[in-house]
Amino acid sequence: MAGRGGGTTLPGKLLWKLDPAAIDALATRLPQGSVAVSATNGKTTTTAMVAEILRPHVRVAHNDSGANLVSGVASALLEARDAELGLFEVDEGALPEVSRRVRPKALLLCNLFRDQLDRYGELELVAGRWRAAVAALPHAQLVVNGDDPQVGALARPGGRVFGLDDPRVARPALQHAADSKYCLRCGTPYEYAAAYVGHLGDYRCPNCGHARPPLDVTARDIELRGLDGAAFTLVAAEGEARVELRLPGLYNVYNALGAASLALALGIGLDDVRDGLARFSAAFGRFERIPIGDRRVLMLLIKNPAGANEAIRTLVEGAASRVAVIALNDGIADGRDVSWIWDVDFEPLLDGLDRLVASGSRAAELALRFAYGGFDRDRIEVVPALDAALDRGLELTPAGGELTVLPTYTAMLALRRTLAARGLVTNYWERAA
Amino acid sequence: MRIRVGHLYPEYLNIYADRGNIAVLSARARVRGHELDVQAIGMGDAVPTVDLFYVGGGQDREQELVAHDLAAKSGPLREAVEAGAAFLAVCGGYQLLGRSYRDVAGVELPGVGLLPLHTVAGERRMIGDVLLDCAWAGETLAGFENHAGRTILDEDAEPLGRVVSGFGNDGESGFEGCRYKRVYGTYLHGPLLPRNPWFADRLLEEALAHAGVEARLEPLPDELEREAHAVSSARARSRGGRF
Repeated sequence: MAGRGGGTTLPGKLLWKLDPAAIDALATRLPQGSVAVSATNGKTTTTAMVAEILRPHVRVAHNDSGANLVSGVASALLEARDAELGLFEVDEGALPEVSRRVRPKALLLCNLFRDQLDRYGELELVAGRWRAAVAALPHAQLVVNGDDPQVGALARPGGRVFGLDDPRVARPALQHAADSKYCLRCGTPYEYAAAYVGHLGDYRCPNCGHARPPLDVTARDIELRGLDGAAFTLVAAEGEARVELRLPGLYNVYNALGAASLALALGIGLDDVRDGLARFSAAFGRFERIPIGDRRVLMLLIKNPAGANEAIRTLVEGAASRVAVIALNDGIADGRDVSWIWDVDFEPLLDGLDRLVASGSRAAELALRFAYGGFDRDRIEVVPALDAALDRGLELTPAGGELTVLPTYTAMLALRRTLAARGLVTNYWERAA
Repeated sequence: MRIRVGHLYPEYLNIYADRGNIAVLSARARVRGHELDVQAIGMGDAVPTVDLFYVGGGQDREQELVAHDLAAKSGPLREAVEAGAAFLAVCGGYQLLGRSYRDVAGVELPGVGLLPLHTVAGERRMIGDVLLDCAWAGETLAGFENHAGRTILDEDAEPLGRVVSGFGNDGESGFEGCRYKRVYGTYLHGPLLPRNPWFADRLLEEALAHAGVEARLEPLPDELEREAHAVSSARARSRGGRF
């Protein structure tokens, strides 16, 4: 039933409507219980990494199509009836309800960034909901990112705190879009010994001393190889291992480190963690290279300032293409409020571009962002229809070249449908089957 | 001409892409041969002489951090406004230009008292696209609002516009924003100025007037701006919020 046309949450929605408590019952049937992963950025990729690490060891029920509300969790439970362990990616706003229902034995909490204020309200509200959700699970093992002040503050005994330990890859200063800049306790701006991604880093309050908690699992000797991948040394109580990633960017090092920390907490050996991460390629639409005739499309999802900044940083360091299609939709899943594009540092990307195609339902708004960002209006084309924008981008790309495509969430889904209709990628519901 | 802009608390009040507004003012001044000179006014800083003040929005937490400092600047800010300085205040900054702001927890923050209004946070947030009719200018403003505060204008206060679609100040009065002399307060972000270029130009003209240059700015083609305005207006008409 779930196989037709990607209706990945329909059975779960029905179940949730008819008998919400049935979800709790299905979850209690899992012999090894459940684990949940939440974050503003990277939760799909991180959960998929955990799934890859666990694959040789345990049968999981995993909501791997990105359907991460209660209904998506219910669907995954319904579909994988022989699963031993539940592995759930959970929307940051849905964490309280999902954890109340499936009672996860471990929670991996990675980061909280400003995202879709129209949907979630202020960052503080989400952080407050997380605190309550965690307090209601006193026996769950907490695996938290110590580099995020709001998330690190959730750490408690018996869990694990992870973070980066390599100031060489730090940013010279906090980015414009940094969110949790002020001390949780006293409101003084934090001082950063190293700022890695947005407000994630090694922080300390100069006034009251509130600081990053001690780390149990760290990434050291980080090596960023442009668009080709990354590597780091995973250091934990279990020992050390050199991890090779096929995904680029510092944000994927964070994703891998979180996944590794959760897997270690679940008792997976260090070598198996390393091997699982090395096997992992990408979660759909997050970072994909798709050959189209004699050209290639490089697609990276953008959805909020922190995530988009990291995608751009990775592109710029990897010497990205001279042509880009950037697509902004304003559906509920994208955020109806499009003001966030003005908080993204697009400028380093614009510097290397010859031509730019602005697309999506808010194409003109996006074009304004680039025009006022200093990009020549004559070199911007506004093509709201996504398939036409993709074709125009490919036309502008020289033979043998690569086209950068940066879509928001629903634009990414639509573009993948276009590519699938042309037989260039498989749909996620086919892959998941 | 050099247009002096004082950006209040850019480190704290910047939640809705407020630098977009500054970028628009700066670019539109530049093509007309003027230069924007933006200086940050932070905690504890004296209020410098400028032609245009700008203050953006923040979360409750950031608003609390700056409210008392801003209220302490009330005297020089009011003098500047009476002397003809222009002022644009968006969202949280708009609330703080009133007499007071009471947040959801019941904590009362002092305001500057520049605008004849007060704000009380309500239970339900007002979130969505907005379209305003600004009859006083013969124009419309399109934007996005996201606020828990209900802003109540004094009886004789001038609103920025009449709500065509969306919530506006309090979701019931049918008014949005407030204006007094050259001061404009509004909940509209998105940011406000890229898709409402007439308003950006008006602010620049008023800032120039304060600097001693009375002149109309030449219109620009603004094709993208008009298109963005049209899409944003259509959004407000089809899905603007209401109780």
